Amino acid sequence: MAVTALLGPGASRTRRPRAGSRHSVVAWAFLAPFAVLFLLYTAIPIVLSLVTSFTDMRGTDLRNPFGVDVVGLENYVTILTDGRFLRSILNTLVFVVIGVPLTMGIGFALALALDSGIRRFRTVFRGLFYAPVVTNIVSVALIWQYAFNQNGTVNEVLGWLGFAGPNWLGDVGLAMPVVILLGVWRNFGTAMLLFLAGLQAIPDDVREAASIDGGGRWRQLRSITLPLLMPSTLLVSVLLSVFYLQVFDEPYLLTNGGPLGSTESIALYTYDQFGFGNFGVSSAASYVLLILVVVVSVVQFRLLRSRT
Amino acid sequence: MSTYAAGERRAARVPVAVLYVLLAVAALATILPFVWVVSGSLRSLGDFRADPGAWFPTAATLENYGALFSGEGFGVYLANSLVVAALTVAGNVLAGSLAGYALAKLRFRGKRIAFGAVLVALMMPFAATFVPQFMVTVNLGLVNTLVGVAAPLLVLPISVFIVRQYAASVPDELLEAARIDGASEWRIFRSVFVPLAGPALATVTIMAFLASWNNFIWPLIVAQQSSTYTLPVGLAATQQAAQNVTNYGLVLAGAVVVMLPVLVLFLFLQRYFVQGIAATGLK
Repeated sequence: MAVTALLGPGASRTRRPRAGSRHSVVAWAFLAPFAVLFLLYTAIPIVLSLVTSFTDMRGTDLRNPFGVDVVGLENYVTILTDGRFLRSILNTLVFVVIGVPLTMGIGFALALALDSGIRRFRTVFRGLFYAPVVTNIVSVALIWQYAFNQNGTVNEVLGWLGFAGPNWLGDVGLAMPVVILLGVWRNFGTAMLLFLAGLQAIPDDVREAASIDGGGRWRQLRSITLPLLMPSTLLVSVLLSVFYLQVFDEPYLLTNGGPLGSTESIALYTYDQFGFGNFGVSSAASYVLLILVVVVSVVQFRLLRSRT
Repeated sequence: MSTYAAGERRAARVPVAVLYVLLAVAALATILPFVWVVSGSLRSLGDFRADPGAWFPTAATLENYGALFSGEGFGVYLANSLVVAALTVAGNVLAGSLAGYALAKLRFRGKRIAFGAVLVALMMPFAATFVPQFMVTVNLGLVNTLVGVAAPLLVLPISVFIVRQYAASVPDELLEAARIDGASEWRIFRSVFVPLAGPALATVTIMAFLASWNNFIWPLIVAQQSSTYTLPVGLAATQQAAQNVTNYGLVLAGAVVVMLPVLVLFLFLQRYFVQGIAATGLK
C-alpha cells in the first residue's frame, strides 16, 4: 500500500511497466492473507502428507523430527494388507454407489416437482428441503441415534404396527443402511437446489416447442429435459461422489465405524490411525483416498462428457 | 387447437395433485427429525424411563435446558463457538474480499497461479490433509487454542471465489475513474468496491459462519481440552458421557441449542444461503 502511494499514478506514467503486471505489488499485498493460509494449510500439507506416508512417523515424533526414518512403501503395504482398511474401502464405495444415486434421484424428483406447475408454498418447500443441509451434523446424528435406538421413535412406530423393531445401529446388516439414510437426508437438498437451477435455465420456448410437437410429458422429460440438464447432472454427481468418498461425520457419530467395522469409512480409518499416533500409516491411507477422489472425478467427467 | 389445449390442461391437472402429495410426503420426512429433537428435549428423565420411544412428552418441561447451562461446560462451548465464528467471519469478509477483488480487477504477475491455488484449495479433500495440518498447527504452537481452531477457515477459497465472481460484474470504468483521480488501490477497494459489494459480502458472511459453526472434525482434532471445545465437539463429548445413563433429554436439548442459531438465520436469510450454494455450482 505504502509502495503504491509512493510510486503513485505518476510512476506508472514514467516507467510504463508491462500491461500484465501493472498492480503486482498491491495485488500480492491484497492476496497475502489468502496466500499465507494456502501455504500453511493446503500446499505444505499436500507435500508433508506424501513425505510422511513414506516414513515411520508417530505422534511422539512431532517435537523430534530427527527420530523419523524413511521406510519406503512399507505403510502402503501395511494398509493394503490390512483387512480393516480393505473393508473401509468397500464400505466407502457402498456408501458412494448407493448414496449418490439415491440423493440425486430424490433431489431430481423434488426439483422437477417444484419446477413444474406448482405455485403455492414453492419457497416454503424449497427452504424446508434445504434445511437439513445447514443443520449441524452432530445434532442430527444425535437425533438419528435416538430415533434408531432399540427403544427409539422408529421402533415405536413399528410397535404400533405389531413388529418388534431391531437394534438398527447395533446390527451388522442394518447399520450401514441407516448411515446411508442419514447421508441422503442431509444432502438431497443440495442436489435439489442445483437441479432446480439447471431446470430453470432451460428456456420455456424449448419445452413449448416440444409439447406442440406432440411430445407427452414423459417423452419431453426423456428427450428434452434430461439431455439439456446434463451439465447439472454432471456437476451434482461429481460434487456428491467426491463429498461421499470422504464420508466421516455420519459413521463417526452414529456408529464409530461399528458394529464389527461394518460402517468404517476410509476417512474414519485415517482418523483412527492418526488417533493411535500412526501418522505414517494414516498419511498413506489419506493418499489412497486422495487418489480415489481424483480418479473418480476424472472418470465421471469423461463418462458424462462423452454422453453429451 | 382449443380442444388440444384443453386436453393438455386436463392432463396436467391430475399430476399437480400428485405433485403436492409427493412434496408433502418429502416435507414430512424432512421435518420428522426436527419434531423428534424438539419434543425429546422437552421430556423429563422419568418420562424417558416410562416410555423411551414416545413421540411426545407427557408433560413438557424445560429442565433439560436448565441442566445444560447449569453445568460449566455448555456456556464455555457456546462462547468458544461464538469467538471462532467471529474470527472466521471477520477473516473471510476482510481477506476473502481483498483476494477476490484482486483476482477479478487487478492485473499482476502470477494471477493464474493465484487463481489455481483457489481452485486447488476448493477441491482439496479435508480427509487427505488433516494429519499434516495438525503437524503445522503443533509447530505454530496453536494446538488447544481458539485461533488454531479457526485458522484453516480464516480465508475460505469459496469466499474468494464468491467475491471474485461478484467483482467481475463491477464495471472497470468506475475503478478507472477513481484511479485517474489519483486514488490508491486500497482507497479504490475500500471506497468504490466495498460499498457496491454488499450482496457478495452477505453471502460470504453466511458461508463463513456456517462453515465455522458446523465444523466438526477439525475442532475435534485441535481442541483437546474441554476449555477449547466448540459446541459440536462439546455436544459429541456430552453424548459420549451421557450414553451410559441414556439421558437423552439432556443431549437432545444440547442438539437443539447447537442447531437453532443456523436454522433461525436460514429462516430469515434463505436467499443468501441459496446464492452461496449456487456459487459452488458455478465452478
